[in-house]
Amino acid sequence: MTTATRDQMAYIAGQAADARLNVELETEGMTLNIGPQHPATHGTLRIVARLDGEQVIEAEPIMGYMHRGYEKLTEVRTYPQVTTLINRIDWLGSFANEVPFILAAEQLMEIEAPPRAQWIRTILFELSRVANISLFLGDMGVQLGALTPVFYAFRDREFVLNQIEAVTGGRFHPNFDRIGGLKDDLPAGWIDETREVLAKMRTFCDELEDLLMGNEIFEVRTRGIGIIPADVGLSYGLSGANIRASGVDWDIRRDNPCGLAYDQLDWQVWTHPDGDSFARYWVRLQEVREATKIIEQLFDGLPSGPIMAKVPRIIKVPAGEAYVETENPLGAMGYYIVSKGELVPFRVKIRSASFSNLSIAPWLLKGVYVPDIITILASLYFILGDIDR
Amino acid sequence: MTDTTDIAEAATEEASEADLPALPAGSVAALSTLSGALGEFLLGSHIKPNGDLWVRVATEAWRTAGEVARDELECVWFDFLSVIDWLPSPFGRDMDAEQDRVVHGAPARELETMEHGYAGGESRLQVLARVTAVPSGPAVILKADLPDDNPSVESWIPVYAGADWHEREAWEMFGVVFIGHPDLRHIYLPTEFEGNPMRKDFPLLARRVKPWPGIVDVELMPGEDDEAAEEAEG
Repeated sequence: MTTATRDQMAYIAGQAADARLNVELETEGMTLNIGPQHPATHGTLRIVARLDGEQVIEAEPIMGYMHRGYEKLTEVRTYPQVTTLINRIDWLGSFANEVPFILAAEQLMEIEAPPRAQWIRTILFELSRVANISLFLGDMGVQLGALTPVFYAFRDREFVLNQIEAVTGGRFHPNFDRIGGLKDDLPAGWIDETREVLAKMRTFCDELEDLLMGNEIFEVRTRGIGIIPADVGLSYGLSGANIRASGVDWDIRRDNPCGLAYDQLDWQVWTHPDGDSFARYWVRLQEVREATKIIEQLFDGLPSGPIMAKVPRIIKVPAGEAYVETENPLGAMGYYIVSKGELVPFRVKIRSASFSNLSIAPWLLKGVYVPDIITILASLYFILGDIDR
Repeated sequence: MTDTTDIAEAATEEASEADLPALPAGSVAALSTLSGALGEFLLGSHIKPNGDLWVRVATEAWRTAGEVARDELECVWFDFLSVIDWLPSPFGRDMDAEQDRVVHGAPARELETMEHGYAGGESRLQVLARVTAVPSGPAVILKADLPDDNPSVESWIPVYAGADWHEREAWEMFGVVFIGHPDLRHIYLPTEFEGNPMRKDFPLLARRVKPWPGIVDVELMPGEDDEAAEEAEG
């Protein structure tokens, strides 16, 4: 026998011994508690997984650690005060939280923001997308053991946050959108600075593509892991990049761009047919690139004019109901406002993307191996503030 | 805005009143499909000029309505499910709340009567859900009244798997029982929590003991009083 065949025989004998052992030894069930403090959770989320060996029999997310009761609180806030609260829902893309609420209130009041305000809204909306998703792009690496991308992400996201701060005065909580327009116009020289930042962000995307895609470990850890079929994803209410990674060609920015300037631009919706963790990462990477292109186009065509429509000094929203949904960085986000014609909303239902996106987790985590829990949770990408509200 | 009570009326209204902007064809077609499939179980409807469609169905037809929306309208995407409590708040929702009444000496307000929103209603609690045909098909907002003595309705889990957590949240916040839900337990609040915080008669304690947030800084900014005076003149 050659050495190679001897090794082979020894290996087969070893495997057979393992198999016998597995038959003889009953594997006992075990409960693994992940969180509430865990880097994969973007906040405080606890996952209780019942395991059989390395395999998950059942996994259940337990949330509520950050429940702040915004739906109740909005009932005792005037409409302009509500934006302060809802900034804190998805704290990485705060400006995007304000937009659907303001649009719904504007729809009830039957006023429309002037074109310049709509375009600046779209610019800031896309900048929050870049800031939000660039962090995911780095963070996904660190979940899988690649430490470098997250440093790149934090470094480059800061440039974007600086630009948001230059306009709104807040890095994370801009509170800049107003019923009928915006608080202020863009500062002088801001557009040119932002163009440089956008070029940096495109380089960042290229760097991450070099670092992670094609990296053997990354591919093995993500390809074929956590596959979501399109019909299952839709019935769980998945939206955004999560559902586009399952091959559903649907983007609210393109298909229902109410009140924002997307229909006047030339851009593309990215989809991926695989539906696995890799596809979700890939789609988000393309979306950051696409967002930088969208912002460049918005700069080129930015109309002049006022940034505020004529609105009454004290805002009373006429009685009625309205639901407006936009394509936020994490997925579809909407506000269902019931107004009774008073200073405060009667009821606000907040439809946040992460809540629905995470609700597929018990289905998706059944039968996977323990390390894949982290991959799947990271690739679904949720922010706890967006789940608990 | 056109408020309609049934489909026949909607059709005649559209035909006779030419000066009204025509309602979007997609929503009108979706409404006629729903009324064809649900018949007498469809209790009310409303279409906004921008195409948003509200439909109120009978409580016993709640699950059937979901199935019709999913299968016949191809509304395969489950958006959200929630509950509205139409009871006028006994605590006062605006700046006339208890505390401020004492501070500012404002008279107590009379309790309003219950008024329902689009597509009408008869009960205090209404279940509400929105489903959409992606990418650009019709979206339907479905409503159903819940019996006042025992607010309960059939679970939507067999129709849309994603309804699970939304129903748990509605159960916790409003005390609505979803018949057939396998796992109705707290989702946000601690297990031992009592009461349904989103009901209008559940007091928001922070609001009861503190004055209106921001009431202290309602004085005008420097220079603003001139502006206000100008506005009053012109």
